[in-house]
Amino acid sequence: MKKLPTWIDILLIPLINLAIALFLSALVVLYIGEDPMDALSIMIKGAIGSSYGWGYTLYYATNFIFTGLAVSVAFHAKMFNIGGEGQAALGGLGVALVCLMFPWPHWILALPVAIIGGAVFGAAWAAIPAYLQAKRGSHIVITTIMFNFMASALLVYLLVNVLKAPGSMAPETGRFIEGARLPTGHDMLGWFGIKFSKSPPVNISFLISLLFCFLIWFLIWRTKLGYEIRAFGHSESAAKYAGISPIKIIMVSMLISGALAGLMGINSVMGESERLVIDSVQGAGFIGIAVALMGRSHPFGVLLAAILFGILYQGGAELALWTSIPRELIVVIQALVILLTGALDNMIRMPIERLYFKMVRAGT
Amino acid sequence: MTKDKQERPETAAPAIQLKNISKSFGPVQANKNISLTVNSGTIHGIVGENGAGKSTLMSILYGFYKADSGDIYIRNAKTSIPDSQAAISAGIGMVFQHFKLVENFTVLENVILGAEDGALLKDSLSKARRQLQELSTEYELDVDPDAIIENLSVGLQQRVEILKALYRRANILILDEPTGVLTPAEADHLFRILKNLRDQGKTIILITHKLREIMDATDTVSVMRSGEMTATIKTNQTSPEELAELMVGRKVLLNVSKSVAKAGDIALEVKDLKVTDEKGVLRVKGITFNVREGEILGIAGVAGNGQSELLEALGGFRKSQGLVSVYGHSLDLESPSGQEIRDQSIAHVPEDRQRLGLIMDFTAWENIGFGYQHEPEYSNSWGLMNNRKMRKDASNKMEKFDVRPSNIKLKVRNFSGGNQQKLVLAREIERNPDILLIGQPTRGVDIGAIEFIHNEIIKMRDEGKAIILVSVELDEILSLTDRVSVMFDGNLVGDRITSETNARELGLLMGGETD
Repeated sequence: MKKLPTWIDILLIPLINLAIALFLSALVVLYIGEDPMDALSIMIKGAIGSSYGWGYTLYYATNFIFTGLAVSVAFHAKMFNIGGEGQAALGGLGVALVCLMFPWPHWILALPVAIIGGAVFGAAWAAIPAYLQAKRGSHIVITTIMFNFMASALLVYLLVNVLKAPGSMAPETGRFIEGARLPTGHDMLGWFGIKFSKSPPVNISFLISLLFCFLIWFLIWRTKLGYEIRAFGHSESAAKYAGISPIKIIMVSMLISGALAGLMGINSVMGESERLVIDSVQGAGFIGIAVALMGRSHPFGVLLAAILFGILYQGGAELALWTSIPRELIVVIQALVILLTGALDNMIRMPIERLYFKMVRAGT
Repeated sequence: MTKDKQERPETAAPAIQLKNISKSFGPVQANKNISLTVNSGTIHGIVGENGAGKSTLMSILYGFYKADSGDIYIRNAKTSIPDSQAAISAGIGMVFQHFKLVENFTVLENVILGAEDGALLKDSLSKARRQLQELSTEYELDVDPDAIIENLSVGLQQRVEILKALYRRANILILDEPTGVLTPAEADHLFRILKNLRDQGKTIILITHKLREIMDATDTVSVMRSGEMTATIKTNQTSPEELAELMVGRKVLLNVSKSVAKAGDIALEVKDLKVTDEKGVLRVKGITFNVREGEILGIAGVAGNGQSELLEALGGFRKSQGLVSVYGHSLDLESPSGQEIRDQSIAHVPEDRQRLGLIMDFTAWENIGFGYQHEPEYSNSWGLMNNRKMRKDASNKMEKFDVRPSNIKLKVRNFSGGNQQKLVLAREIERNPDILLIGQPTRGVDIGAIEFIHNEIIKMRDEGKAIILVSVELDEILSLTDRVSVMFDGNLVGDRITSETNARELGLLMGGETD
């Protein structure tokens, strides 16, 4: 009686939030002088109207799944990990080093090691803020933000001075060898004789990200560690009463979070650019926060939210291509979605709750 | 306390009349069609279990909430009270359970706060000083106007709250659980003040769950049960038993019956224990005691004298110095852990179940394993939880302790205070520990559940367990424990055999009068 049914809680309310965000964006589109319905149809067609569109949408979604899961795991321990951006950048470095250092004969061998490389580097970058929070009480939000800047500076230094391919003018590594190239959507569906557009960068990392959705769900709701992480996140004092070490939980949850963010590198660095470039993360670390908020820190919610943001990303690119609407509008829409699902969630939730209970009472 | 129960003439206009007040929060209806008449110049008690709707009703009267329907009449005039400013101008003053004072201001500054006459304080201050002088002589409300609040005792701080209301010309004074933090002597003084105020024509509404106070201090009493006003009776025409029955809706035994304790070996020994809090203040100043198998040791005292810190130190929640040994095994006091405590077969029912004992947003079944998640029955060596086992355990334990509703999937937040406490007790007692540490076992618990909880504690004792009970309720200490030590200012100031002492003696010890 006291709770909204699940479908309203995790489906209807986010959809209403999204609709309001789209409506407000439509006003902006009108102001620019374009037809909002046209814009919407270009976006949707561009994102999911073709295998080409899907290929990009799912590529973006893969990035957001990893960073969204990263933020979610930390959220469960009430750690606000803003550092997904930096951790993903370092994860990309780890992946790139793995790919460049060994003469990989086949991607099947390269991928597991790259996964470990990305996870270890991402986790390592999260470890220092985590340690400072656990031992010294330095606020994780502040330290992870600072570590984003440090990661960015570190990568510029490495790419300009250390890792740059000889003879190249661009601050990027050389292309990875054939044996470290991941199969794309085109390749994989080709094995089953299904046609899929050749150009989009979606690759096997998408399947890996689905696997991690399941693993994280299992970790959080089926293991003792997940139980302790959730307990700590809900009440630090109660966790202490139960003999759960705050230091252990902060460290472990942040290491897992950093590792997940770092895993994004297998998609963007190994799967797409096939080399390490400057700013390989492109804001996905921050999108992860919105994805986790909208997905309510549940891996399945993260998956859906990541796909939605993938659609917005790809649709936004199409919009910029075919209309006079600047690409930045998509940032506006994203910002509105974040604002509505994150900050203003209660604005929608409360009236719906009231309406629902009024209907329930009228019905009984 | 002298009982002052002569019929007093009822003045023409009732001070407050509530007519058909209803208020709901989402699906919960906190007040259902409540009508209440409070006569001027009386002390009117309102009793009810937690969640009965007393606080909601008073919040409506003080303008914190707006009633969904119904009217408020003050001295026969229909009044709307949209905010607390309106309540104050209608002559209503409120003394909250948790004081709303600025700790580093003086008494005088607190009194005028929000009621200044102009931008410059000088005039208001001197006016307030004069009025405070008058009020204090008139009502026995002496407080040094220049004292800083944080240096005052809780009893004096409460007087400042009353002065604040009187300074704002309150004719109707609402006090919410005013004696929770007072020593018995301070409480007596408070009731004298209230009677003085009443004799001067003020109207007092006293909200409490202590039936003894209702019987001692009020003229009329109203009983609330699950959002409804079930009865309004003249106090001298009722009895605690009848009130308890009205509150709960069935007959309640107010006193537990227990046999004589058969104390065995020493189970827990504490030597020269010192506990320092987060601010570096020494809260427990080197105390020594022991508890034997098969007995209940009570730690009495006014809240804030170090009992909480003592319990938390013994429960592995807080660092301490000294020696604590369990059947000869000394505990690690430097880096304590709740896990070590449990390994030594000590169960800890914390004072603050919502902050420590439970994860409010976890379901009931998840809370049943809380603290015992390492036990092989709940998780295997791979770190996988056995959720099915935990759910099954939860059903059994909740049935045994009569936790209502019996839905194991309900979040703990949605249980009443008494049922939350039963969940904690079910978890800790059913582990069958050797030693039970238990703090404020019945704080915020319905009268009906108190009976049950007390019986469970006695049953543990009779099974030969050693029990330490920390409680600020003297009645509870007197009826449950076998031995009692009073804690005052971080020291144990008196050890008594419970059957050879009484509330009066303990009350004096609680006030710091050592023997």
